[in-house]
Amino acid sequence: MRPVQYNLTGENNIKLLEEGPEGYSGEGYFATTLDKVVGLARKNSIWPLPFATSCCGIEFMATMAANYDMSRFGAERMAFSPRQCDLMMVMGTIAKKMGPIVKQVYLQMAEPRWVLAMGACASSGGIFDTYSVLQGIDQIIPVDVYIPGCPPRPEAVIDGFMRVQDLVGKESLRRRNGERYKELMESYGIQ
Amino acid sequence: MSLTNDYIKSKLTEKFGDQVTNFEEPYHMLSFEAPKDMNLKVMQYLYDEPDLSFRFLTDLCAVHYPDNPGRELAIVYHLHSLVDNFRIRFKVFTDINTPDVFTSANLFSAANWMERETYDFYGVNFVGHPNLKRILNVDEMDYFPMRREFPLEDQTRIDKDDDMFGR
Repeated sequence: MRPVQYNLTGENNIKLLEEGPEGYSGEGYFATTLDKVVGLARKNSIWPLPFATSCCGIEFMATMAANYDMSRFGAERMAFSPRQCDLMMVMGTIAKKMGPIVKQVYLQMAEPRWVLAMGACASSGGIFDTYSVLQGIDQIIPVDVYIPGCPPRPEAVIDGFMRVQDLVGKESLRRRNGERYKELMESYGIQ
Repeated sequence: MSLTNDYIKSKLTEKFGDQVTNFEEPYHMLSFEAPKDMNLKVMQYLYDEPDLSFRFLTDLCAVHYPDNPGRELAIVYHLHSLVDNFRIRFKVFTDINTPDVFTSANLFSAANWMERETYDFYGVNFVGHPNLKRILNVDEMDYFPMRREFPLEDQTRIDKDDDMFGR
């Protein structure tokens, strides 16, 4: 019995090893829907763009290194080129002066794109309840997953990343063309 | 000859008479005050005088004293004489409604950055500064955040409960 067992009860359908999508299989073939295959491919080859500004970035480096090794989740390639990346990981305090830069990097990413806010500062401003700090990056760009903590432990980062994988895997192929998504983007002033 | 506080004090009073006032020595560091239109004259004298040669401006900042009518803003210069490794502090006070002080950017290059910062946070108008605009805060900020009348907290957010966050 693990001491954190209670964390895993309740609704939690994220598994490291998934059996694969539903479908029909037989001798030498497997048939399923296209969006499930695309989701499977996308979720296991996410290219993260680390936007690390402070101490959460250090914790993220530990997550990338050998002990925790985020490459196991298909996030082998860290890229600092927004146009090739799928997931923007914002880690650390974002000052108001930094806000337009975060937004510009987000705009340069190609669809489909996801955003992960790591730590209290990126999620809500954290302890920096002050005139110069952006009170959560969701004021300027839409965020898919928030990781709490100050800073979060590498396990929490991996958990957050697996939640992103879950979102990516289950996303409908039509979501980004839908009215709701368009409304969301317009609420942030993004065309 | 190494410098002493008393020697600098006597040199200054000899040159400027009763224009330089409020000599203090908190933690053995000489601190004094001059009228705000004298700031360049005093610093130029400290710079040029061979046995003083305070040629390094280590810090420049402002302080807001809201309870000091007519002398709300203090501009504090920290000067360092590299020859004798000696430091002094020099202040000028100004009214917050006319916060015009002569720039020292032509005397000390370091003052260019620090005066912009001081303008950014306290709204001190450094007359003659080559590029007096905001440096650390966002350009669209319309107030001077370190003045005491403005609360520290970000006023745009609504999701923090005042009781829980002590606002």
